[in-house]
Amino acid sequence: MTKNIMIVGVGGQGSLLASKLLGRLLVDEGYDVKVSEVHGMSQRGGSVVTYVRFGEKVYSPIIEDGEADFIVSFEKIEAARYVQNLKKDGTIIVNTQQIDPMPVIIGAATYPEDIITEMKDKGIHVDDIDALKLANEAGSSKACNIVLMGRLAKHFDMPKETWLAAIEKCVKPQFVEINKRAFDLGYNC
Amino acid sequence: MKELLIGNAAVARGLYEAGCAVISSYPGTPSTEITESFAKYDDVYCEWAPNEKVAMESAFGASLRGKRSACCMKHVGLNVAADPLFTMSYTGVNAGLVICVADDPGMHSSQNEQDSRHYAIASKVPMLEPSDSQEALDYAKLAYEISEQFDTPVLFKMCTRVAHSQSIVETGERTEITKEYTKNPQKYIMTPGNAIRRHPFVEERTKKLTEYAETSPLNRIEEGDGSRDFGIITSSTSYQYVKEAFGDSVAVLKLGMINPLPVKLIKDFAAKVGKVYVIEELDPIVETHCKNIGVDVIGKDQFSILGEFSQKSIEQAFDMPDKAVFGLDTDIPVRPPMMCSGCPHRGMYYVLAKNKITVLGDIGCYTLGAAPPLNALDMTLCMGASVSGIHGYNKAGGEETEGKTVCVIGDSTFMHSGVTGLINIAYNQSNSTVIILDNSITGMTGHQQNPTTGYSIKGDPAGKVDLEALCHSIGINSVRVVDPYNLEECEKVVKEELAKNEPSVIISRRPCVLLKYVKPKKPLWVNPDTCRGCKKCMKFGCPSISFRDGHAVVDTTLCVGCGVCAQLCPFDAFESEVPEND
Repeated sequence: MTKNIMIVGVGGQGSLLASKLLGRLLVDEGYDVKVSEVHGMSQRGGSVVTYVRFGEKVYSPIIEDGEADFIVSFEKIEAARYVQNLKKDGTIIVNTQQIDPMPVIIGAATYPEDIITEMKDKGIHVDDIDALKLANEAGSSKACNIVLMGRLAKHFDMPKETWLAAIEKCVKPQFVEINKRAFDLGYNC
Repeated sequence: MKELLIGNAAVARGLYEAGCAVISSYPGTPSTEITESFAKYDDVYCEWAPNEKVAMESAFGASLRGKRSACCMKHVGLNVAADPLFTMSYTGVNAGLVICVADDPGMHSSQNEQDSRHYAIASKVPMLEPSDSQEALDYAKLAYEISEQFDTPVLFKMCTRVAHSQSIVETGERTEITKEYTKNPQKYIMTPGNAIRRHPFVEERTKKLTEYAETSPLNRIEEGDGSRDFGIITSSTSYQYVKEAFGDSVAVLKLGMINPLPVKLIKDFAAKVGKVYVIEELDPIVETHCKNIGVDVIGKDQFSILGEFSQKSIEQAFDMPDKAVFGLDTDIPVRPPMMCSGCPHRGMYYVLAKNKITVLGDIGCYTLGAAPPLNALDMTLCMGASVSGIHGYNKAGGEETEGKTVCVIGDSTFMHSGVTGLINIAYNQSNSTVIILDNSITGMTGHQQNPTTGYSIKGDPAGKVDLEALCHSIGINSVRVVDPYNLEECEKVVKEELAKNEPSVIISRRPCVLLKYVKPKKPLWVNPDTCRGCKKCMKFGCPSISFRDGHAVVDTTLCVGCGVCAQLCPFDAFESEVPEND
């Protein structure tokens, strides 16, 4: 049975490392894996999405409406934007960080501040977390992505050590410690 | 060794293993990573050329000399390189030559949605089309065998989803191949007298390639379990969506070679399955072929000619039930891409928008100046069209337009095809003002070097075009350089150049803030006691500035301290010292 994970956020937030980590981990675990993202124009501060699919044999590289087992959102309204992709029994992990999109900055739209409450009220399994705060605790705001991977790991029945080993393979040696700390903070909170 | 590779890296690996020794390309999403991945190998030559035509001709030269070569480009790049392509079809090759072209259905990062398969048919060149990374690697190797066996360049078609999706590949070893070069004017000098004798060769080659397509492992039938009363002909990423939707329940003819298409294989498949659907993104290329050979198929009547497919679009076309989804009541504001915090283009655009100047634009990050709140652009067409376009615009508009129209073009795009337009301006003397937005890199495609940066694809020192000297030498007398972080200077120079009665160039020069050597300054801070909430800074469209509780606020994690916003503030509310605990 193919499992589907989506990573969504704002271009420049570091979703690339998160998907690299997941890909590494899942290949090491012996799964067939597909990871799909779009480069170019949309990365300039736009809404970005990465699909990670794994199982015995994976065909399509993309995840459609109602197909995601997990969505990891790096930003609050990006979670809401992609929640239609979530399976009815899926879980959406949300970093509570708010990044105003341009229409909000110029006053053409308002930022829906209570969107997490609305999602919870709709019966969606929301696991919200202040990943930016935890990343800063770990030593760098840039480690937000790994805090969220730590949080995702909690929902998986794979030993924590496997994840930590994948981190070692994916990040430069000088950043391994910070990222392991970030992972732990996400995993344990 | 098993690796998770994006399709583009797998193509590069396949080219490398096949002994490809020379790649010349121009970057373009979604093709760029083929060349970037290839550049990481030490024992090969790899370069960014000024444009796709130059790249293809360089690759041709390398093939002529006896080395397997390649060039890579996005779909619209093949328009630029179409000239050599059509005649290379006649000359054929010496060592194998592969032309990688990446389409962008859905236009994630492109100005149109053209289907490159038309070029294969029109130029009578074979085209291969992989559906995942392993096929990308395997087909790239096979492409060289086809190229040399049939004496032809081979088109290698990628699309965004295959190019940018990672899947598992098994890599192999590299083999070195060198061919002797012998002078052969009848084959390589395409004068009419020689070309007329090569054309029959091309037609004969297509017949042989069609025979090859009938039995090649590139085209395969997957029988299915017989539970469906129809069959599907498909290729590329559409194949993956078909398998996702139907699993092994349906018979599939999976095409890996898209030109020329087999005849007997398709007829036999259709005879066996009865009803046949053709599922292909964009234009009905396979469908038209099937109908031409008398095989009745269902294609674009049921599957869109627009955009990308997915398993969902296929499920819907076959009336399979939709999956249950969550819906929210709140409207979620869109998040379009935008110029980065501290982007040097923004300052120049602010000046142009403020002075209500008509701006003919070009292709690159600076196309994002078209978006609110700047709304600075009037036109964007294709690479280089801003410079050629303003010439025609001003020739038509005369004095009505000359003093209030500029065109903007990036450094890399100017090298690609802007310079020829500027030569036209100088030669045919239109009173046009050209602004080169020189951020010292090819930005949108992810920071590739170009002839103005002084570095090669590997980051080694390289030749460097002197833009000022180039403009002077082609006959532009008025060439000015400005810093786009200095709004007052920009405004003064733009007004002065527009007032002149001669062609002129303004070089707006400051490196892209994302370049590693550009060190960000300390972020600014808005003093809430001096900010009066006039929102003048909000008109600038900087993603670091937002408006909360009646005054502007700077996001210190994004701000790079460019200080342009401070020049806009009438109350000096932007301060360079962020107080502690803010």
